[in-house]
Amino acid sequence: MSMRFGRVIHFVGLILVLAFTLFPFFWMVTSSLKDQSDLLASPPVWLFTPTLDHYREIFEDPKIISSVMHSLIIATSTTLLAIVLGAPAAYALARFEFRGKSDLWFWFISNRMISPIVLALPVYLLAQTLGLLDTHLVLILIYLTFNLPIVVWICTDQFRSIPSELEQAARLDGASQFLIFWRIYLPLGVPGIAVSAIFSFIFSWNELLYALVLTRRAVQTAPVAATSFMSGYELPWGKIMATGTVIVLPVTIFALLVSRHMVRGLTMGATK
Amino acid sequence: MSAASPTPSKPAGRLNPGYGRWTPALFLAPAVLALLVIGIYPTIFALVTSFRRYNITRPRDGFPFIGIENYQKVLSDQTFWDTLGLTFRFFLTVMPFQIFLGIVIALLLHKPGLGLVRTLARVSLVVPLATTYAVVGLIGRLVFNGNFGVANQMLGWFGIPGFDWLATTNGAFAAIAIMDIWQWTPFCALIFLAGLSMVPVEVEEAARLETSSKVALLRHVQLPYLLPGLTAVLILRSADVLKLFDMIFTMTRGGPGTATELISIYIQRVGFRVFDMGTASAQAILLLILTIMLSRLYIRVFYREIQ
Repeated sequence: MSMRFGRVIHFVGLILVLAFTLFPFFWMVTSSLKDQSDLLASPPVWLFTPTLDHYREIFEDPKIISSVMHSLIIATSTTLLAIVLGAPAAYALARFEFRGKSDLWFWFISNRMISPIVLALPVYLLAQTLGLLDTHLVLILIYLTFNLPIVVWICTDQFRSIPSELEQAARLDGASQFLIFWRIYLPLGVPGIAVSAIFSFIFSWNELLYALVLTRRAVQTAPVAATSFMSGYELPWGKIMATGTVIVLPVTIFALLVSRHMVRGLTMGATK
Repeated sequence: MSAASPTPSKPAGRLNPGYGRWTPALFLAPAVLALLVIGIYPTIFALVTSFRRYNITRPRDGFPFIGIENYQKVLSDQTFWDTLGLTFRFFLTVMPFQIFLGIVIALLLHKPGLGLVRTLARVSLVVPLATTYAVVGLIGRLVFNGNFGVANQMLGWFGIPGFDWLATTNGAFAAIAIMDIWQWTPFCALIFLAGLSMVPVEVEEAARLETSSKVALLRHVQLPYLLPGLTAVLILRSADVLKLFDMIFTMTRGGPGTATELISIYIQRVGFRVFDMGTASAQAILLLILTIMLSRLYIRVFYREIQ
């Protein structure tokens, strides 16, 4: 009897967890499918005739299409760059012994905690001087401040799990250090590289502050575009929520792929 | 166990390293140089700017060095202290909810049985964490709308009259806190869940046989495994709250008045809406010092055992 009761409580609890985590997402998606009169209904309606008008509207809006393209270009480039720069460093941290190694390690991961506003001010002034404002390049580079640490951190872990016997055997065969990295560590490290790439992509895709400050019209990213509808007397809620859905849906799918690694990616080593 | 040493490995080949002295440097150089250029150089530039009068709307005045005047101005600026205080209050508001709900969710997910629903619930935790922070703010603005917001409808179900959340000081503060609790409770739950899974199975099963009291089980068996996660949550979340910008910017822009103006929002306003870069840089440097202290604390707590 009490067993049964406990099971019911457990079930209800889990359903509540689902309701809690999914509700805002659910509300965004349903709102994107409501017409304007349903959107402005008071009290809000839960059952309505869905419409795809808002999606039609945003897919015909060149501003939104191009902002999604800019976000794609920036997030992909910064992720690739972070891996090209970060994976060799991770290999060095995983397999070499040298002075100051732990300090270097801390310096890498402590970048995660720095508030973007600290760097946004000087980078704005520097980019202005160099003529880099409103370019893809400035965002691709500045996003490395959080992507590089995450690639280094996750890949170091991954490379450490590769048996060092493989490396020793290759060295006996006369392989150079670079060849060992290229032929052994990179192929065997693919899972870690993939996970860190997905994290880099998600963080870059989601970023607002740097994008807001460092770009204007030419390189407006998707979150900035979504934010830009928030002016005027009557807000186009359907359009805003449809844009929100288009931005959030792909990264949610990515995140589900790495859900098992989510804690690691976000804590950078607090729990293991 | 918590404690996550980043160097669990035995040093590979300490006696005969088998690589040249400069090999590590070659592999490290690209990443280190990149971080020096994009991280350290701008920080130094901000430090220099913080000692100048630097208003970019008045370039004709030049940007003269004025010593520590900006710092004196910031430290005697009541709004700066108010926003720091508000940031701290925000942290104290959201943390109890995130810790309590996080532990409850972790316990629900840890308890055996109900495989499918449990898996679905665990996977669903990823959704808030992946949602673009700026979009979270946009959703919040719709949900907490005074006329057609679903928050007021839900209050109505419990017979509580609705109000215009984002137009009142306390309402707006509560609204951003609720959205933050929604987004970051799953993070806490995942950390606590990782802690619970560290409890040795035999110990937990033996304890379940000894006592039927869930509270006793939690207190004597599971709690010790939750504590390291708790420290991690407190330190990481405090760093996050100092960074918090996107969600508040899209939801309230710090308003009404300065009701939701946390530290990052305030510095952004001084730098990019007032264009007083000198003062904003001084504020940013002070924020950086606070963050460095936090990250030192974090490292001290979690990486103690390494050399």
